Amino acid sequence: IMCASAKYNTRGPALIPRMKTKHRIYYITLFSIVLLGLIATGMFQFWPHSIESSSDWTVEKRSVHDVPVVKLPGDSPIPERGDLSCRMHTCFDVYRCGFNPKNKIKVYIYSLKKYVDEYGTSVSNTISREYNELLTAISDSEFYTDDVNRACLFVPSIDVLNQNVLRIKETAQALAQLSRWDRGTNHLLFNMLPGGPPDYNTALDVPRDRALLAGGGFSTWTYRQGYDVSIPVYSPLSGEVDLPERGPGPRRYFILSSQMALHPEYRSELEALQAENGESVLILDKCTNLSDGVPAVRKRCYKNQVFDYPQVLQESTFCVVLRGARLGQAVLSDVLQAGCVPVIIADSYILPFSEVLDWKRASVVIPEEKMPEMYSILQSIPQRQIEEMQRQARWFWEAYFRSMKAIALATLQIINDRIYPYAAISYEEWNDPPAVKWSSVSNPLFLPLIPPQSQGFTAIVLTYDRVESLFRVITEVSKVPSLSKLLVVWNNQNKNPPEDSLWPKIRVPLKVVRTAENKLSNRFFPYDEIETEAVLAIDDDIIMLTSDELQFGYEVWREFPDRLVGYPGRLHLWDHEMNKWKYESEWTNEVSMVLTGAAFYHKYFNYLYTYKMPGDIKNWVDAHMNCEDIAMNFLVANVTGKSVIKVTPRKKFKCPECTAIDGLSLDQTHMVERSECINKFASVFGTMPLKVVEHRADPVLYKDDFPEKLKSFPNIGSL
Amino acid sequence: MQTRKKYIFLTFLASWLLLFFFGGDQLRRLPFFSGRKAEARRNWPHWTDRFLLKNFADPEELQRDGDPSLLSPRERRAAWLSIYKNSRCRMETCFDFSRCEKNGFKIFTYPRERDQPISESYGKILTSIERSRYYTPDPKQACLFVLSIDTLDRDHLSRQYVRNVDEKIRGFPLWNGGRNHLIFNLYSGTWPNYTEDLGFDIGQAMLAKASFDTESFRPGFDISIPLFSKDHPQRGGEKGWLYQDSIPPKKKYLLVFKGKRYLTGIGSGTRNALHHIHNGKDIISLTTCKHGKDWEKHKDTRCDKDNVDYEKFDYQELLRNSTFCIVPRGRRLGSFRFLEALQAACIPVLLSDGWELPFAEVIDWGKAAVVGSERLLLQIPSAVRCIHPESVLAFQQQTQFLWDAYFSSVDKIVHTTLEIIKDRLSPHHSRSRFLWNTLPGGLLVLPDFSTHLGNFPFYYLQHGSSPSGKFTAFIRVVSQAGSLSQPILRLIQAVSGSQYCAQILVLWSCEKPPPPSGKWPQTTVPLTIIQGRRKLSDRFFPYTAIQTDAVLSLDEHTSLSTSEVDFAFVVWRSFPERIVGFPTQSHFWDPEQGRWGYTSRWTNELSIVLTTAAFYHRYYHSLFTEYLPAGLRELVDGLAACEDILMNILVAAVTKLPPIKVTQRKQHKDTMPQQVKGTAGAAGSRRFSQQQDCLNQLVDWFGYMPLVSSQLRLDPVLFKDQVSVLRKKYPRLEK
Repeated sequence: IMCASAKYNTRGPALIPRMKTKHRIYYITLFSIVLLGLIATGMFQFWPHSIESSSDWTVEKRSVHDVPVVKLPGDSPIPERGDLSCRMHTCFDVYRCGFNPKNKIKVYIYSLKKYVDEYGTSVSNTISREYNELLTAISDSEFYTDDVNRACLFVPSIDVLNQNVLRIKETAQALAQLSRWDRGTNHLLFNMLPGGPPDYNTALDVPRDRALLAGGGFSTWTYRQGYDVSIPVYSPLSGEVDLPERGPGPRRYFILSSQMALHPEYRSELEALQAENGESVLILDKCTNLSDGVPAVRKRCYKNQVFDYPQVLQESTFCVVLRGARLGQAVLSDVLQAGCVPVIIADSYILPFSEVLDWKRASVVIPEEKMPEMYSILQSIPQRQIEEMQRQARWFWEAYFRSMKAIALATLQIINDRIYPYAAISYEEWNDPPAVKWSSVSNPLFLPLIPPQSQGFTAIVLTYDRVESLFRVITEVSKVPSLSKLLVVWNNQNKNPPEDSLWPKIRVPLKVVRTAENKLSNRFFPYDEIETEAVLAIDDDIIMLTSDELQFGYEVWREFPDRLVGYPGRLHLWDHEMNKWKYESEWTNEVSMVLTGAAFYHKYFNYLYTYKMPGDIKNWVDAHMNCEDIAMNFLVANVTGKSVIKVTPRKKFKCPECTAIDGLSLDQTHMVERSECINKFASVFGTMPLKVVEHRADPVLYKDDFPEKLKSFPNIGSL
Repeated sequence: MQTRKKYIFLTFLASWLLLFFFGGDQLRRLPFFSGRKAEARRNWPHWTDRFLLKNFADPEELQRDGDPSLLSPRERRAAWLSIYKNSRCRMETCFDFSRCEKNGFKIFTYPRERDQPISESYGKILTSIERSRYYTPDPKQACLFVLSIDTLDRDHLSRQYVRNVDEKIRGFPLWNGGRNHLIFNLYSGTWPNYTEDLGFDIGQAMLAKASFDTESFRPGFDISIPLFSKDHPQRGGEKGWLYQDSIPPKKKYLLVFKGKRYLTGIGSGTRNALHHIHNGKDIISLTTCKHGKDWEKHKDTRCDKDNVDYEKFDYQELLRNSTFCIVPRGRRLGSFRFLEALQAACIPVLLSDGWELPFAEVIDWGKAAVVGSERLLLQIPSAVRCIHPESVLAFQQQTQFLWDAYFSSVDKIVHTTLEIIKDRLSPHHSRSRFLWNTLPGGLLVLPDFSTHLGNFPFYYLQHGSSPSGKFTAFIRVVSQAGSLSQPILRLIQAVSGSQYCAQILVLWSCEKPPPPSGKWPQTTVPLTIIQGRRKLSDRFFPYTAIQTDAVLSLDEHTSLSTSEVDFAFVVWRSFPERIVGFPTQSHFWDPEQGRWGYTSRWTNELSIVLTTAAFYHRYYHSLFTEYLPAGLRELVDGLAACEDILMNILVAAVTKLPPIKVTQRKQHKDTMPQQVKGTAGAAGSRRFSQQQDCLNQLVDWFGYMPLVSSQLRLDPVLFKDQVSVLRKKYPRLEK
């Protein structure tokens, strides 16, 4: 009921006349709205302007220091510690989220307060720059709601990003007194630096009962899979330093370590690697003798050499990310930004957004015990794969690490996907960098199936007024054993189709569909009458195809159900002189298209042609009354990445006397128009999807010296 | 008509302009029109001093995250071992990696004891392990151990419940607290609560269990497996039921369920509500109260009518004719219907909160199932109605892929379990999630070969790349002559003449040493001789010298022209996952003898392309040698001309597609020896019967007939067309 967009219009072109009445209604409505508007405006011109209130109207100009102060009594309640057994179905109240057509959760943000204890000492810094950015991002997003009653998720404005600056007990008390706290149900806390000395817990120590935690340093023991969200530790350098993406190609160092304050044990293992492998391993540390004013965080040193950080990361193929006191490290963000492949050595660490991101494509995870083997492990990775990992690393940074906004939205999307799993974002959308999304194809008919022969095919004949020729085509096609239905698309609005009694009598159902407008796209409409997967599109003048040829074409289609399988083939060529594409119908050794005057294809492509054709191609084709077949060839090749299959030798298709062997008229203007179509479509698709091949399909025993009567398809290629 | 339109449009424009200039200002302040603004006002404020706020952490604090007083990494790891045990086990604390280092991933199964009968299902699991390439009979070599005690059914009311397991395992010298052990279980707990309790202490053993609850599941350590019945086939397995990709999905029903309604006890919450969504039209949800001995005791008002309706529909019929199938929890979280729906391409709608889905560590269930929430049952009808037909089609195809790749036999379920564990041992050398969830699936992708998509024949399109533009010719020489015959010299000339040839490798499998390099013909491409071990399976060994994606496999007797090679290679580049070649054979079912046969006679079909003249991807050498168990290769070594068939069966099992024949069959005598019964001497007929034997043995091992037939061959576009030879690219193919 709520998902009209999911339903295709299955009534088809017959609906077109109804559109006109619709238009009329539309205009009348518009007109009356405008009229009403005018009256209303007139009224307001003379109304006392009392609605105006200046304070509401202007954007709030307030400082964070002006926010209300809340005093927490010493005995105010403290939430339970985090419940490790919490899962979405036990601790989360889904009823708050409800079913909605947009499949978006609603997120409420508590207003900012300053919390003080009973002695008036503040509990923490009011809010950090990053947490403010994060809340701003949420409030600007589609997830936001200001209506606390409609909210599904609650985000406190109490900043717990860094546990080190918190007073744990008082922060917990502040959480517990939030208006909708309810044991933390449906509350989301963001924390990047959990734990503290001496034991550095891997999750926030603030008691938080059932609240969800988006944490930056979970271990497998504290992470509640499917409940918490693992997030990155934001690196403020991301906003400060602009590192342009570095293209593929050799880099100066193979392995680089840039972390300061590494544990001596790790450092000595790295130094052992360096001793073994020489200059390709670079181990940096903090600089001891920097002149004043140079920020220590932006420099790294090796012996006396000084390097700029994070720029130096771009000089290396792999960058080591070791655990420190905590598991999550901000350096991971810097490394990704530099397009350096992170080598993550932190046993039990839950990588950021690991619920959706495929880290194997962007990083190398090495168990701590295998550190001595790091060099050989990394060397076994092929160069091409390293380049893809570098690109992938950079993409992860750009999409999910670069700002607090990116981190906030990815976190909310992950929670959203759990609540509306049937509308979840796919693996590809999360993981494929734009370059891959662009160059790869995902075939909608990806399962290798050979459809059963018994299903047969539906022949669709598009016709205007050549009744005699049409009847011959019908008679010929009806001889094909696997034909299961014949559909005539009557594209002539000025003339009625012949009476029922005049049509040829054939053994399969014959159905005539009348269209509302003489459009070429009517040929590719996914009519409900098409009950088979296979469709044979055939022109009303193709009378020379034999039954064997058509049956063989169908058998070939069964072996290649995701391709266009057709008879006359065509080619596109690059014209170097004119610098554009050219259409070719001469005797060529190659094909890249088949004409849909006689071609088998899957009904799915009718859906695509009618509802998913990119740009204005569909209308353009209808307006120009040409090139619908080229458009179909582009569409199929683009979505499957595969070539067409031309079947059987070249022959006459229309009449025995014709000089031109196939196709429509071959005059010069026709060729020019067709070339224009190719150029137009290539620019709309933004690429040339057509694939050129040098083969055609023949029956296994074609032209073999073997008794014809023993061949399955003897009558092939006769003129 | 036109003028009226124009008129309307102009009026419309004019009035908007008027409205904008005169009334806009006031209008915008009206609460009705300014709804959005009002909301924006209550958004998170833009603080005036937001640029002066402090960072959440000092930049240096972020970069220097160390604490010298902390335990050293080594000490910490040692400390973990004592803290994170048993229910908190992880690979790094409870698994001894060092056992797997020397001999790789080897699995030992405890010897079966005669007085201890095991269930049919557990027998199949053990057989699967023993059939796998990881099996070792030597416990000293093993990395992983599997008990011979049947632990599948741990419901102590069950007849198959084994008593005193604790006592028994404590007696095993190899048990070692359960370290590196893998325990399989299908049923845990018992009436009324069906807890996760197994009735014995598994210690530090990994648990591969059906109906796993996320709460007791130890992530990255345990494995959730599907519940399967005792009739689940050992190998091969039935095909999925989807045989056509129709759009829109032309099924009679949208959503179905037929099963028990629990009136009391665990799981009754969901099962008792299912009848609410039944609408008698496209949503059929049928429940029965009849189960257990005393169902009449708890019987309610619905029961009698429901029981009648229940009998009106056939479960199989519903499965076959519905787009979605509800898979609710039973007493336990998992149920048989999960696999049944998956096989039937009836998209599972899961209502089993807290179920750790089978193999969820690697399988992306979001692509094949709708993971519903038990609490939101009533939303399910509208939710599934809203799923686009394209997505439904994608879901259906994914169910079939997953069923076939990981679930259709006990072998697949067990091997998937083992491969997941193997991937954990070397995370840097493991399959990405993409590989697990894309055809042909994780079991057929060997990370030891490569982890890069571009190196496999399956992913060129998704990866946006294409196979390398050159091939390696690989000629096997077995003749006893010891010198070079005329045919092989001609062959080398023809092949090296191809513009796509990168190198020629000669596999010298004769007793006599190969002729000195001076005797070999001069070629423009490098020619290398490899000394074989004189085994038939040698020809598919993954020699490191093969660096191109394409291999052209040849025999010394093969006769090919340069144009034939060129054309076949160009065709192969369009079908890199298949075998593309010249001479073919076709298989058939011989009903008289009740076995498979095959023939190389003239037929209208083909299903085997002989590897004496064929292109294929070099990855198939690795699959042949690494993926197939050694036993199969030994079988092939012992039978004549069987390696060819095995290679074809392997590729067909991987791709589910037929091979491709190029160009017309040679008119002269075939290079293959005569195979027609009776016409060749005794040797010939023995060879023939051996071959038939080979095919049947291979089919038996695979558990089904993987070969697929094709009715076409590929010729050059202008092949035998009536046009001047000068215009043809491959004129020589027409002789």
